[in-house]
Amino acid sequence: MKVRVHVSLKPGVLDPQGRAIHHSLEGLGFSGVNDVRAGRLIELDVADSVTDEALDDMCRKLLANMVIENYRIEKVAA
Amino acid sequence: MSFRSAVITFPGSNCDRDMADALEKVSGTAPHRVWHGDADLPEGLDFIALPGGFSYGDYLRCGAIASRSPVMRAVIEAAGRGVPVLGVCNGFQVLTESGLLPGALLRNSVIRFVCRDVRLKVENAQSLFTSGYEAGQEIVIPVAHHDGNYFADEGTLDRLEGEGRVAFRYAEDVNGSARQIAGVLNDAGNVLGMMPHPERAIEATHGGTDGRALFESAIKGLVGA
Repeated sequence: MKVRVHVSLKPGVLDPQGRAIHHSLEGLGFSGVNDVRAGRLIELDVADSVTDEALDDMCRKLLANMVIENYRIEKVAA
Repeated sequence: MSFRSAVITFPGSNCDRDMADALEKVSGTAPHRVWHGDADLPEGLDFIALPGGFSYGDYLRCGAIASRSPVMRAVIEAAGRGVPVLGVCNGFQVLTESGLLPGALLRNSVIRFVCRDVRLKVENAQSLFTSGYEAGQEIVIPVAHHDGNYFADEGTLDRLEGEGRVAFRYAEDVNGSARQIAGVLNDAGNVLGMMPHPERAIEATHGGTDGRALFESAIKGLVGA
């Protein structure tokens, strides 16, 4: 089973990388970009026996830092 | 009475020798050197230091992988028993990632890697690590980091301030840290994390000796030397 874990900074947490990307987009002449937030995509290939609960546990214990980040688990059809 | 300390080395640590040198110079006893894969710490430790560097290449998040390494279970257990733990720079990141200290360290607001001497204000001069300083004293200690921007929610920040757990504050904005916090203590006061490097300010040839009192405080407090 393929699983995508999307990790993003919580709203309100300053994102200097997103701000730099935003600045660079503007430098290239792209207008109308209101905000940029940079996150992380982690792709897992796991056995079908791995439960949703275990996936959630992986996110909370390692893949995301719950102090500053949110995560979303997406299962991808094979 | 000799001072039994340990310096933990993770793959990618690069300040472990400086930390060991500082502990030996100030205490007179060489620390144990412990590898991250060791499941156990030496018996009867008085002090544990987590050094700076780029453990695991800062993969995933700074300090994230190191904080889950085998030796950290023993460090967390020792901290729970009251053994003093000092984390500097990447060591501070490991301490927040492991849950021993609140908050997190984000990318510097200025984006750049910051590597220079900075002025710090000693906010709490009564802790195990800071009793050798005066409250409000200004000291100069070098920083060298890319991710030192301390973050915690407002409630946590208020609690840290109210409980005297902000050990050091930058005297100027260095990296965007919330309330210019440079170092924090755990609630029991036996765990200190800080981004500046006291081990790089031990002797005159380092360009300054303001870090020495931190090690002297801890050693004096522990062995009454």
